[in-house]
Order: sequence, then structure tokens, then C-alpha cells
Amino acid sequence: MTEKVLMKGNEAIAEAALRAGCRHFFGYPITPQTELAAYMARKLPKMGGTYLQAESEIAAINMLYGASAAGVRAMTSSSSPGISLKTEGISYMAGADLPGVIVNVQRGGPGLGSIQPSQSDYFQATRAMGHGDFYLPVYAPSTVQEMADLTYVAFDVADGYRTPVVILADGMLGQMMEPVVMPDAADPASLPAKPWAASGHAGARPHNVINSLHLDSEKLYQDNVRRFQTYERIKRDEVRVETYRIEDADVVVAAFGAAARIARSAVNAAREEGIRAGLFRPITLWPYPARALQECRARAVLTVELNMGQMVEDVRLALEGATPVSFFGKCGGIIPTPDEVLDQIRGIAEGLGE
Amino acid sequence: MAADEQMSRTEEKAVFQRPHALLPVVTNYCPGCTHGIVERLVAEVIDELDVEGRTIGIAPVGCAVTSYDFFGCDMIEAAHGRAPAVATGVKRSLPDHVVFAYQGDGDLASIGMAETVHAATRGENITIIFINNAIYGMTGGQMAPTSLPNQVTQTSPYGRDLDTAGYPIRVCELLSTLDGVAYLERVCVDGPKAVRAAKKAIKRAFQNQVDGVGYSLVEVVSTCPTNWKMTPQEAFAWMRENMLPYYPLGVYRDVQADGFANAAEAAFARAQDCPMASGKAGR
Repeated sequence: MTEKVLMKGNEAIAEAALRAGCRHFFGYPITPQTELAAYMARKLPKMGGTYLQAESEIAAINMLYGASAAGVRAMTSSSSPGISLKTEGISYMAGADLPGVIVNVQRGGPGLGSIQPSQSDYFQATRAMGHGDFYLPVYAPSTVQEMADLTYVAFDVADGYRTPVVILADGMLGQMMEPVVMPDAADPASLPAKPWAASGHAGARPHNVINSLHLDSEKLYQDNVRRFQTYERIKRDEVRVETYRIEDADVVVAAFGAAARIARSAVNAAREEGIRAGLFRPITLWPYPARALQECRARAVLTVELNMGQMVEDVRLALEGATPVSFFGKCGGIIPTPDEVLDQIRGIAEGLGE
Repeated sequence: MAADEQMSRTEEKAVFQRPHALLPVVTNYCPGCTHGIVERLVAEVIDELDVEGRTIGIAPVGCAVTSYDFFGCDMIEAAHGRAPAVATGVKRSLPDHVVFAYQGDGDLASIGMAETVHAATRGENITIIFINNAIYGMTGGQMAPTSLPNQVTQTSPYGRDLDTAGYPIRVCELLSTLDGVAYLERVCVDGPKAVRAAKKAIKRAFQNQVDGVGYSLVEVVSTCPTNWKMTPQEAFAWMRENMLPYYPLGVYRDVQADGFANAAEAAFARAQDCPMASGKAGR
């Protein structure tokens, strides 16, 4: 189907998940991801699937753990405070090598924070989705089209590497409507076989055990080493990034998700004023497109985020002090305007000219 | 002498052997612990119902955490208290399979109480085996949600103080109020007669799932000689003397005995006076 339809970001994620073969959704009400769960509640019962409103986010992530262990494609969605509750289960999923898709339609924090858009869970998503040594792929859509496309990809990546995967969206992308072309529905027969799943041995094989406990230190060590070898493959093959007007750019604006939309407008406005500006937009936040950033050859980098400065640390790590890096951001649901970002670009460009 | 040779000469029949659903491995349980008895009963029931190949067990956190190595069916290790949620995810994905969770008192009635109550009230068609030995065994004997008033543990060294620690939870009584529940029975395994009764209850709890009757839980009042700091014989005596009066054995809910085919029918009958719940009202 190549028909263009107007959809909310939250609904685009839900529809794309269904097309990826997801038939099990476990959630708990929270703003601003509401439309995603509501879409699943409408569609899944009519498709022979499961929509289950759990008693808590903790229960929901453990239902995902069970469904994934049983071998089906499944997902959960929430927003920032709810994601914090899910981190226990996400750590167990990582430790048990279970695939699954977790959507975070971010809102402001810390604590109960606000229900307005935010990008303040960058650290959590890329560094600490639970206790223990692990990472997981994190996709940061910037359009409703990407909400659909990256959700579809997330299921394949989750199954392919046997890892939970995060879609890190925000309240702005979740609520906005844009035209979107949905990916074709996956043929159920084409989904990857899962011989490791706890789906009943039918007397045909030894029992499968889904587990993250290794009381023997050497065994736990080796288990982590093996998982980090998988992470190296993900870093090699799954990095995604968009660069825009970057070839000759003196000032590169680094931004992801909703902030990248504002940054793009500011870059265009700067170009109209003769300032050579460009946009560096990571689509995977982990693995971080560090090499692509190093290859930018910018004279200065401005990081723009809807938070107090989180991704800026990855920008600085990637550039290793070779390029001056500054930060501009607002949080609490306040969205910087393109003009405010343009002012920042102007200031940096003037500094370079001196 | 080879076994088949012996069979052919004497036509001996095996009358007692390791259940197929229990793997030939050494467990980590202490001498006198009742986990071994109960796990064996679960395995015997899985054998007798011939469902090992389509059974998925959920192991808890606690002394039974490594039971994923003991049972021959596919096994999943859950986070502490989350076994009913994990079991729900499995059952909703594989509705024709048999799904059971094996949980202790801290797991089921403390950290996992929300998951326990909600799996029950949703009427998940699963089987829960609940080991109540009134103490946290794996971590070395702390006060449990089912520790008795005045019971001395590592974290109630002067005895469970009701002013500060409150009262124990009677799980079967608590769950018996929920419409989603089909079957609840409390048993113990302190002798051959009790073991036979416990097996009968466990078999009912699995048979109910196979027949689609609904959520079934068997609570096994158990002992922990190590952390109770008693011999196994003393532990059974203490259990009989103190736990059974507080946690009386018996059936706490049985919708079939009440004349209903399953939990849903029983719930429907209970809701007759409510136009909305009985479906008599428009939506």
C-alpha cells in the first residue's frame, strides 16, 4: 500500500507495529502516549491479537517479557515516569536476550514533571535503561513518517539481535499529524523462527530456559562478553544518521527528534543570511553516529535539545575536544523557536569570523 | 544385569520412578525442605496429564529460583514477584499451552502482590503453586508477609511486632473475594496423607487450566528448617502447631463445586443484580 494518509504520530507507531507482525500489546495509561494504546485497543481484538491494559507499567513490561519469551512479536508503550518503572523489566529482557519494542513518548521530568514534550530521557535511554552492563538500540524519529518506519525496523532489529529496542519519541511527535505512507504488512510466514523460545518443547528437543541468572561468576562474565560482541555488530551495521547542508558547513547544529525540526528551520534561515550552517541529526542515539559527526569538519557545533543538555555529552565525546561545542536547550515543555536557535547560530558564526 | 533383560525374565513393573517432567539433577534445597516434595508433585501431575511438551513454567526469585533447571518443560525465570505478569504474557501468546508459576511468600504476597491480585481478578487461565513457609529463605531468614505475629526472624529479632510490622496476609482468603478466581485450596505436605491431598489439589489446579475453568492457586503451607533453625521434624511440629491454626487448610473457592462450569459463569451469577455487569443494561 502506497497510499498517503494523515495520522497522529502515536497512531502511526501503532499501525506500523501491527504491520510488522506485532499482535500483542501491553500498556498502562499515561499521557502523552494515549492514542497509541487506544489504537491498539481498537485494532488488536479484531485481528485475533491481545491488547491488555496491565495493572502497572511494571506488570506491562513483564507481560512483554513473557510474550517475547514465548516467541511472539510484542510491544509496550509509555511515557517518561512509566518508562522508569519499566526499567527493571527491560534489564531482565536484556539479560535474557529477549527481543521486544518499548516506546517512550517523552514528557518533562524529573518526577511527575509535566505532560508537555521533552527529550529529557536521553541519558536514561542511551545509558541506563536498568541495572547492569547493557545497551539497547534507541531510535529517535523526527517525523510521523519516521515514527512508522523506525517502529517497523525496530521489530526486525529486536529479533535479529535478540535485544529490546527503544523508540524515543516525544509528546510533540506523538500528538502531531502528518501525511504518512505505511510500510507493507509483513508476511507472518516470513518472520524469523525463534528456536530459543519457551513455547513448549513438544517432546522434540531439550527444554528451553529463558533466564538472566548466572550464579557462576565466570559464566556471567562470558555471558556479558558475548552480549557486548553483539553490541559491536550493532554499532557496525545499525547506525543511522541524517546530515543536511553539511558539506561546506562552518556551524553544524546537532539535534535529534522534535528538536531537529526546529534546528532545520534555523539552518535554512541562517543559509539565507549567508551563514554556512548545516544539520547533523542522529536517528540512532545508541549506537551513536560518532564517526559521521567527526567527518563533518565543522568549525563549531551547536547542540540543540529539549532538555538541559544530555546528547551534548555524546557530541563532545565524539569530537574529543577537536571542535568547540556549545549547547542551547529548553525543558519543561518549552519549545525553542527557530529564531532563538538562529540567534545562537549567528553568535557562533560571528565568533568564528573574528 | 541390563534392565530390559530383567524385565523379560520377571516382567517387573516400575511402580515408583522419577517423574519425566523432573530432570535428573541435584537440587539446591536444604535437608528437610518441602520444595522438593512439592516440585515432585507438580512434575507427577504434568506427567499424568501428559502436557510436558506444551507446558511453560515460570520460576520465581527465592529458593526456587533455579527450579528452571529442575523441571523438564520449557522454563522462564521471572523478576521478583512478576511471575503472574510473565505467565500472563505467555498464556496470551500461547493460549493452548499450560502455564504455571511457582512462587514463594515474599515473591507472591509482598513484592508481587499487585501482579498476583490482578492476574487473579483478570481470570487468567493459569495455575499458581504458592509456597508459604512464613520466611524469606534465600536471603537468610527475613520476615515475610506471612510471618506469624511474634515470629522471630532476622529482621524481626524481637518477634513480629504488630504495632510496627502489621499483620500477615492470608492469601487464599484474600483472593477468594475475586470474581476471576476458579479454584483456591490450601494444603500442606507433612505426611503421606497430606502429600496425597496436596497432589490432588495440584492436579485439580492444572486440570482446571486444561479444561478452561480458570485461575487456580494452590497454597502449600511449608517449612524452612534452616531459617526456622529447627530440625525437619521440629519444623513440621511447629508448622502444625502454629501455622495451621493461622492458615487453616481447605478449599477457599471452587466454582465447579458451587455448580458452575467456570469462573466466568460464577461471576455472571454473582452480578445478576447489576444491570451493567450482567449485560442487561445498554452500553
